[in-house]
Amino acid sequence: MSAAGERFARIRRIPRKVRRWRHAFLLRTRFRPSYSAPAKHGLKAAKPGSLRVLVLEGLLGAILIAGLFAPLLAPYGEAEIVGGPFEPWSATHWLGTDQLGRDFFSRLLFGLRNSLGLAIAATALSFLIGVNLGLLAASGGRLVDQVLSRLVDALMALPALIFALVMLAIVGTGSFQLVAIIGLLDSTRVFRLTRALALRETALDYVEAARLRGEHLPWIMWREILPNIRIPLAAEAGMRFSFVFLTIATLAFLGLGLQPPAADLGSLVRENAQLITYGDITPLIPAALIAAIALIVNLLIDALEQDRDVLALKEEGPGS
Amino acid sequence: MGMSPLVRMIIRRLLLGAMTLVVVSAIIFFSVELLPGDFARAILGQNATEEAVQALREALGLNKSAVVRYFEWLTGALQGDFGLSFSGRTADGGRPVAAILLPRLGNTFLLALLAALVAVPSALALGLLAARYRGRWPDKIITFMALVFMAMPEFLIGYVLITWLAVKWRLLPSLATLDPARPLLEQAERLILPTLTLSFVVTAHILRMTRASVVETFGKPWMEMAVLKGLPPRYRLLHHALPNTAGPLANIVAFNLAWLITGVVVTETVFVYPGAGRLMVDAVAARDIPVVQACALVFASVYIGLNLLADIVTILANPRLRTEAAT
Repeated sequence: MSAAGERFARIRRIPRKVRRWRHAFLLRTRFRPSYSAPAKHGLKAAKPGSLRVLVLEGLLGAILIAGLFAPLLAPYGEAEIVGGPFEPWSATHWLGTDQLGRDFFSRLLFGLRNSLGLAIAATALSFLIGVNLGLLAASGGRLVDQVLSRLVDALMALPALIFALVMLAIVGTGSFQLVAIIGLLDSTRVFRLTRALALRETALDYVEAARLRGEHLPWIMWREILPNIRIPLAAEAGMRFSFVFLTIATLAFLGLGLQPPAADLGSLVRENAQLITYGDITPLIPAALIAAIALIVNLLIDALEQDRDVLALKEEGPGS
Repeated sequence: MGMSPLVRMIIRRLLLGAMTLVVVSAIIFFSVELLPGDFARAILGQNATEEAVQALREALGLNKSAVVRYFEWLTGALQGDFGLSFSGRTADGGRPVAAILLPRLGNTFLLALLAALVAVPSALALGLLAARYRGRWPDKIITFMALVFMAMPEFLIGYVLITWLAVKWRLLPSLATLDPARPLLEQAERLILPTLTLSFVVTAHILRMTRASVVETFGKPWMEMAVLKGLPPRYRLLHHALPNTAGPLANIVAFNLAWLITGVVVTETVFVYPGAGRLMVDAVAARDIPVVQACALVFASVYIGLNLLADIVTILANPRLRTEAAT
């Protein structure tokens, strides 16, 4: 191609690219239709009801049902000793037996139920604390906000797992302690998001109007602000669940989860880890299930996440 | 003052970091005080005589007020003295925490350093690659893999590597128990799998944020100008986008290296590596509070130090922050 032709080609190419830039820029602003919002991982956002969302929801539903009906589905009891230790996979014991001769498949189902239950309880606690304190900080005046925010800053100045370890050393292990500690530590993230979202709302006229009407603080918090920030909070709930689920699984793997003989997905890996040195992949199954659940939840939120403003407000990072 | 505003700003950050550390150390120390009951009795058991419990309380200094003990603990910690471990303790003494912690801390730093050396360059390269080809297949593959690795607990990655690389294909040793008597080469071989395990999660986090940061830069008006000038994509990426994201990138790297602290605890447990992370887990299970507190304080210092470093790099990389500091 001649020099002039090359320059011509470049000139012709550029405006199209610029148009694309402009387009991309406009997409990032709030003026674009929400369904075309580019998802944060470079995967396209899907509309609710698309095939991808349906598949993910189906998988998650199947896992939840398997966990919920574990006592009905499991062929043997949670702590029932039904054979010798470490029997191989067979027709009677689908995934063999564990280190004490308990049915691995049954323990997997019970472990799924317990892990999901703990994570759901901890997430609920985290939201109960985080949302209420966040709303209080945003609407309860400057002093309350300062005190709560500095407290949360201090709690977040240490990775959550390290903090959880310190607390577990003090109060000891057990399901109640685990839920309380993880819920409390995780509520700091919910607090920050709720406060940021609620602060934007308190600047709006309807909150001012409610104040002038003489509404009480609880009314303003729960009846005025909360309904208007519930959608980004719901998206955050999925993220928090996924993180809490992984943290609890990690603690259980470290031997700091439920008291034996109760099974959970992390402790199933720990108890049977020695099988791995014989090339048996059975202990990898609960570990893979943990990863699968976290991944499904993350992908589902990604696919459903419509409000880009949530992303702008959310701080991501270690121990988040 | 004759100080340059830059220096003054950095000193301010350092003081802020030191203050954060003091607050965190206070939380670590005083959360123990919330525990109902008596430490001395907890150590000696319910059958101990009242005299023995009293003697231990005296020896531990439990009769002093909590504030006094906090300052003693903190000043001791600054001099490398973390008190005595509870394990194997009798009424007259026990092993110093520092003697248990220090050798293991070296091992942990070695592992974390190796993992950082693997993770940071690969994460930056993959993040830039994904940003360069955003929306196309290299980006899709890289970002999806990052999501997968972020959902995987470290012990899954570790055991998958052990199952295939160590047990099935017999390429590498599966345990990382160190032994000073063995030759150095063999020791290095034992570090490969833990290093890889630790690198994966950190890489995933850094690359995802790198990609987001660089893609954001692409939307800036001066990047549009670079397009209009007709600069080729690679030149725009390396000479325009990259210098301007250096500050945020340094921040991202330092911020995410903190994942190493969480990761190191799990990885050391998987590979039976003699590090401070596994020491902390064992101490939590044994409720050896002084060891737990010492480990938490060390990890907190590293975490706060890394974030401080990120802040300072951000200041140095951004000329605008330098002039704002003058006011």
